[in-house]
Amino acid sequence: MSSLIDDPRVIEFDVRTDEMLVNMGPQHPSTHGVLRLALRTDGEIISEVTPHMGYLHRCAEKIGENLTPRQWIPYTDRMDYLAAMNMNLGWALTTEKLLKYEPPEKARHLRVIICELGRIASHLVGMGTYGIDLGSFSPFLYAFREREKILDLFEEACGARLTYSYITPGGATADLPVGWTQKCLEFLDQFEPVIAEYHTLLTTNAIFIKRTANIGVMSPEMAIDFGTSGPVLRGSGISHDLRRDGEEIYTAMYDGYAFEVIAQQNGHYPKDHNYPPVPKEAVLGDCWHRFYVRMLEVMQSIDLARQGIERYHAATDGYGEPLKLKTKLPKGEVYLETECPKGQMGFYLVSDGSDIPWRTRARSSSFSNLSVCEPLCRGCLIADIPAIIGSLDIVMGEIDR
Amino acid sequence: MAAFLSEYTWTWLAYIIAAMIHVGLIINLVAVAALVFIWLERKISGRIQDRLGPTRVGGKFGWLQTLADGLKLITKEDLCPDGADRFLFKIAPYVSFCAAIGAFIAIPFAGGAYPWIAQHLNTGVFFVLAVLGLEVFGVILAGYSSASKWSLFGAMREAAQVVSYEVPLGMCVVVPVMIAGSLDMVVIGDQQAGWFTNWLVFHDPFTFITAFVYFTCAMASVNRAPFDLAEAESELVAGFHTEYSGLRWSFFFMAEYGSMFSVSILASVLFFGGWNGPVPITDLLGLSGAEVGTLSWAVAQALGLANVLLKGLLGVCLMIWVRWTLPRLRIDQVMTTCLKYCTPIAAAMFLGATLWQYNFPGRAFFNLIPMSDAVLEVSEGWEVESNDPDEEEEQIARGPEETGGLL
Amino acid sequence: MSGQAFVDQLNKKFGDKISGANLENLDPWIEVTPDGIVEVCKYLKEESSLAFDYLNSVTAVDYLHTDAKKAAKADWEPHIEVVYHLFSMQHKHSLVLKVIMPRWKDDQEGKLPEVPSVAGVWSTADWHEREVYDLLGVNFTDHPNMRRILCPEDWVGHPLRKDYEMPLEYHGIRGR
Repeated sequence: MSSLIDDPRVIEFDVRTDEMLVNMGPQHPSTHGVLRLALRTDGEIISEVTPHMGYLHRCAEKIGENLTPRQWIPYTDRMDYLAAMNMNLGWALTTEKLLKYEPPEKARHLRVIICELGRIASHLVGMGTYGIDLGSFSPFLYAFREREKILDLFEEACGARLTYSYITPGGATADLPVGWTQKCLEFLDQFEPVIAEYHTLLTTNAIFIKRTANIGVMSPEMAIDFGTSGPVLRGSGISHDLRRDGEEIYTAMYDGYAFEVIAQQNGHYPKDHNYPPVPKEAVLGDCWHRFYVRMLEVMQSIDLARQGIERYHAATDGYGEPLKLKTKLPKGEVYLETECPKGQMGFYLVSDGSDIPWRTRARSSSFSNLSVCEPLCRGCLIADIPAIIGSLDIVMGEIDR
Repeated sequence: MAAFLSEYTWTWLAYIIAAMIHVGLIINLVAVAALVFIWLERKISGRIQDRLGPTRVGGKFGWLQTLADGLKLITKEDLCPDGADRFLFKIAPYVSFCAAIGAFIAIPFAGGAYPWIAQHLNTGVFFVLAVLGLEVFGVILAGYSSASKWSLFGAMREAAQVVSYEVPLGMCVVVPVMIAGSLDMVVIGDQQAGWFTNWLVFHDPFTFITAFVYFTCAMASVNRAPFDLAEAESELVAGFHTEYSGLRWSFFFMAEYGSMFSVSILASVLFFGGWNGPVPITDLLGLSGAEVGTLSWAVAQALGLANVLLKGLLGVCLMIWVRWTLPRLRIDQVMTTCLKYCTPIAAAMFLGATLWQYNFPGRAFFNLIPMSDAVLEVSEGWEVESNDPDEEEEQIARGPEETGGLL
Repeated sequence: MSGQAFVDQLNKKFGDKISGANLENLDPWIEVTPDGIVEVCKYLKEESSLAFDYLNSVTAVDYLHTDAKKAAKADWEPHIEVVYHLFSMQHKHSLVLKVIMPRWKDDQEGKLPEVPSVAGVWSTADWHEREVYDLLGVNFTDHPNMRRILCPEDWVGHPLRKDYEMPLEYHGIRGR
């Protein structure tokens, strides 16, 4: 009997045992919401994973066909509810692209600050829940402690803590309150050293490395083939970030910002001497790298938010009044992807010339990222499934829409 | 105690009464300890995680929180899933709980000529390990009878894990047993009297390492994180107790905390001096020795009890600390840790300790290096004490019924 | 590469399989006939000067006015468009492809229009095409696993079609 297992579904065993079908979810603690995975297992070894989703489906796209773009903003909040600001931005920019509207400079920097904070908040949840997936509870609460402070800042800016509807076509619903940027800077100064704590508890923890290194390895070709994006794609060593490589209307926001794409190139992460070293067990494209990219992006977002605050103060024009609720949309269709914390969130807008879109479509990053779990989980152990799914950092609200 | 009572009544009645008293004391001790530990776990985990933990129930510090939870659990419906094997499902928690409590029968809380122990067995260590090993049956029964695949996974993991960890655990236990030359926990404990340098953990470098290996294996064998694979809430929902609710569920937790406590006390007796504090305070105060009065003896024994409980508590706190810090290992890594690391290390330590005993018979590490006279005097004291002819006579006089049925 | 250059190159290669293009739109798109889509996609992915190795999204748009007055005013016939958004990691350029077809195959209500699946070219298409099938009722032939993805397996109808009506009742749950 050969000891090499290529496809675990075709192994012949000395003693034939039955395979077991197990339902993981939709009420399972580590499927990040209402994802259901139908596992075909042989003991602890998984031979097949079939994801079933749609438990959170509410056909937001159909709703979008009955509302004006500004009215649809709250529905984008509820897609990736952990980074609602970034969702708002995606849709706002798509509408602005169709309208050929250019927001004032101050609004652009405001959006950068808010979205980078949103990215930090989202990655903190991703990091914390990943700790829980691997059985370590404390980092989750450390992450939420810091996230709460970001939510406090958001609350002050727009009055909401989860579904903000803050960034709208035109700019934002309101300017940042007086003294807000000062508080934000204080938070960033306080937060930056805390990250070392997360690195100690998770990134460099021996058990954590054992659980994540060389697990769920995704080659760069596979990552592109499956249309993954965001940290999942960059974790495989592909230097692609829409903040740099995206469309003009989006990259214009980040014009002049000092910024590097976080992806391992030639065996090195940018500025990697500042961060804990990559353990020798880790293979490019495994769960550990995906997690690490997220952690480095948090550092980078801090930097970008600081630059944003500087520029925001330098800008003299307005914050960008929201467009009228019923703005006539020109006939045509646009598609725009933005770099959200989970990956590239794309919005597709078809207009027939009225104020209500003919068709709205949200291309969700988690949807494509999750599709890779089928080949990744094949042949792993049950305990690796939370590790792999967690490293993809999915949000079911975005997948099911 | 039975011998004492039999002077006043029939022997059989004396034995029954003595047994009842012992059982009552032990169950109360374990139950109260479990309540305290559950509260402690919440408080400690709360502090570790930068929050407060329970604060309200019972006035300050939420010290009645566990009791309140217990009340809630009692009032919950005692559910039994449809496809479950009802009988096995219902008795499984009791099996675990009884095993966890049963171990306390042979655990001494204070030593000396008249040790505070429910049943003085001359194979006490063996008994405790054997009974603790029974706890796994409750878990396997629970998983097997729950009619849930997750429970079954948990039970199988538990079976594999606990059975393999018995091996290094047993080897680690053999090391102090060999040095003491006895399986009797009272003898092992009494040999460590005096300063903390007499503790077996400091006996030689091998016992020092063995103590840590023992603690790791003990954590694995009582299913504490990072070895809590049978529960593994992020993988197996709740593992073997997925289908349990109410009081039966809480019995599993009582069992878990009870066995945590017992392995910690076992560690303290085997390695950390048992009822002997780091400083021989009873000797310094003149409370020990053959000629002291009953009151002094009782005070010394109570101090010993406090020592044992405190060391057990520290062990449990350490386990709590580890649990809230580390991620969980995967099942294959748990087995690797056991078979590739713990077992060979334990075996090597056993060999090392044997060679040590051969080269420096009866001499501890601290006896080899020159020391102040005071320390040496006390540390040499235990050899004299353990060879005390009175005690040996005492043991012989007690006969096989009291020293354990195996002889 | 500009939109016109793409069109010229594809026209030269595939001739009548490229059935049209719209270069005035904000995102210029090229129209491909249903039977040519797999061939064109394969070429777009493998040709090194194009190298569209990344499929952003597959979606579809239903063009139908349920209101007769509006339908009379509309400048198009009812049809359905499948839209492919492509991107090249190497050259950082993007492209939109469209397949336009009638709303029902052979004009028989209930018979779903068919397009060959591109799941063999990009794995992304697997789930995205399932979603299009689920919500808009386009049948992708040669797809490895053509099932509903967001709606339950026994759901009736395709919700994003303009003439879709929510069922009155689904397994005892009131729909409308």
